[in-house]
Amino acid sequence: MNAPNSFRAQPDDRGHFGQFGGRFVAETLMPLILDLEREYIAAKADPAFQAEFDDLLEHYVGRPSPLYYAERLTEALREGAPEGMGAEIWFKRDELNHTGAHKINNCIGQILLARRMGKTRIIAETGAGQHGVATATVCARFGLPCVIYMGATDVARQQPNVFRMKLLGAEVVPVTSGAATLKDAMNEGLRDWVANVHDTFYIIGTAAGPHPYPELVRDFQSVIGREAREQMLKRTGKLPDMLVAAIGGGSNAIGLFHPFLDDASVQMLGVEAAGEGLDKRHAASLAGGAPGILHGNRTYLLQDEDGQITEAHSISAGLDYPGIGPEHAWLRDIGRVEYTAVTDTEALDAFQLLCRTEGIIPALEPSHAIAAVAKVARTMPRDKVILANLCGRGDKDIFTVAEALGVQM
Amino acid sequence: MTRLASAFTRAADQGHAALVTFVTAGDPAPNATAAILDALVAGGADVIELGMPFTDPMADGPAIQAANLRSLAAGTTTADVLAIATAFRARHPEVPMVLMGYANPMTRRGPEWFASAARDAGADGVICVDIPAEEDDSLGEALRAAGIGNVRLATPTTDAARLPAVLEGASGFLYYVSVAGITGLQQAATASIEAAVARLKAATDLPIAVGFGVRTPEQAAAIGRVADGVVVGSAIVELVGRHGADAAEPVRTYIESLKTALVAARKEVA
Repeated sequence: MNAPNSFRAQPDDRGHFGQFGGRFVAETLMPLILDLEREYIAAKADPAFQAEFDDLLEHYVGRPSPLYYAERLTEALREGAPEGMGAEIWFKRDELNHTGAHKINNCIGQILLARRMGKTRIIAETGAGQHGVATATVCARFGLPCVIYMGATDVARQQPNVFRMKLLGAEVVPVTSGAATLKDAMNEGLRDWVANVHDTFYIIGTAAGPHPYPELVRDFQSVIGREAREQMLKRTGKLPDMLVAAIGGGSNAIGLFHPFLDDASVQMLGVEAAGEGLDKRHAASLAGGAPGILHGNRTYLLQDEDGQITEAHSISAGLDYPGIGPEHAWLRDIGRVEYTAVTDTEALDAFQLLCRTEGIIPALEPSHAIAAVAKVARTMPRDKVILANLCGRGDKDIFTVAEALGVQM
Repeated sequence: MTRLASAFTRAADQGHAALVTFVTAGDPAPNATAAILDALVAGGADVIELGMPFTDPMADGPAIQAANLRSLAAGTTTADVLAIATAFRARHPEVPMVLMGYANPMTRRGPEWFASAARDAGADGVICVDIPAEEDDSLGEALRAAGIGNVRLATPTTDAARLPAVLEGASGFLYYVSVAGITGLQQAATASIEAAVARLKAATDLPIAVGFGVRTPEQAAAIGRVADGVVVGSAIVELVGRHGADAAEPVRTYIESLKTALVAARKEVA
């Protein structure tokens, strides 16, 4: 396939990233989605919108997040590596954001859009609860009522986040259909939205869904990559050699990758959740899926030969989704970004490795990225630099990890 | 004239709105659907919507969600749905039938494959819930090439500026979703339906069938006075849910009550 002039010019005006993306929604939602697109185009061109977004990111979220050289992790991975191998590992510390993950960046942007559109009620879906917490947070901050749809399975395994959302004033609705995880929460969010289009704004948490969501979520999350690029140049005088990020829907990854897409020297690695293994239950839609249509966009999906969606599995609730953002599907097909997958066990090992070498308890989502970093760093020379996105902190996951490690709390 | 056009014309000539009835194929099991479809026809249905089950029916309310899951739990495949349609066509050569469902099961093997398979199974049209006019090349083009109807949905949010785009490439009939919401839960006020139908009629010659939330013969009659067709789905599917493999008789009785009301509706006005 011919490389485009720029990898950063997607989507087209119909919201397509190559054959992916688009606007596959019920007619009831279509006019609203077109409105949102118009409003987003206007907001992008409005300096006041950008200024308010930047101000909130700085003073409310705590940006820019630090860029951190993980010296002890780098050393630990060099042990046992072939002579001269073991790339430097750096982290973009988005787990230090207010609410503990990258999700808040997008929520700030979307609630400002909701306010511009005069919407008075916010809904969202959540998997791990990080997006739910971030949405509940901005709703409290802006004084808007908030309903969060969350799979009943996830409600059970992410109790701390459920309580956080309630403290923040959100109503958390457990969804019992399907496997009662993120996919089912998204179905229920769409059902709510279609019945309440007149006053409700749906804050989608990942870079997926109908156009313009994949684009606007990417743009709001691209603050991660823009900051990292500038910080890296300032600290090391060069661009990183490789970027690594975990992928459920893919918002933290696209936020890190997008500002670097036209830097030809920068390799990129997206890390899906291989769950119990790619030959068993997993959530790796690029590795084990096929293109299809779900939740408003065409993308890679875990599905059977009849197009029925198959259940995803990952120890990480935030990665437990049978699809992926359409821009990742496109970047994979054109070969600009490589994708790999990491199992539950490998992610748990990486989780513990980071705790002990760096004094950072990561969320299970970036633990997948760290596991991939641990593998790839040993194959790269010492003077190479890997930059991974530490997209969330692990406080919410300690019960899940304890259970997986056989520890009674 | 197509089977769909004939059915709407015949109903109009007989002085009633066409009764458009929905069931989910394979609910409660693939081999149970034929008897239920026959009951719809026996009760007086003018048009059949045969639902293709999907794991994620995000535009549907609890009743049709449950029907989708029952069907899939019984092992219903796309091949089963097409076989049910083929057998229906053989038994009922005159009754129009459209396949209704979601984009992913319909396009899994490619839009051309599905359009041909639907046509070969005797379907007169396809209603795809989550392919709007903007994504017409994902299915609509293939349906037109195969010579079967591309039934579009219009909703209360479809404004005048947008309506021409929805009608462009639409065929068979126009399905007016009378409430902004999911299937089976609430019904719009008759006055607003009347105004909407008038607005749509001014923009198209296609028959207008109105659905979402129609349950009682009285509701059907009220809509049947102003629309070319009345769509009933969730209420039938609930009967199937309640009676399972024995649903045919209660379904027939229920359809008869709707049909009787539709036939009477315009007489009362006249």
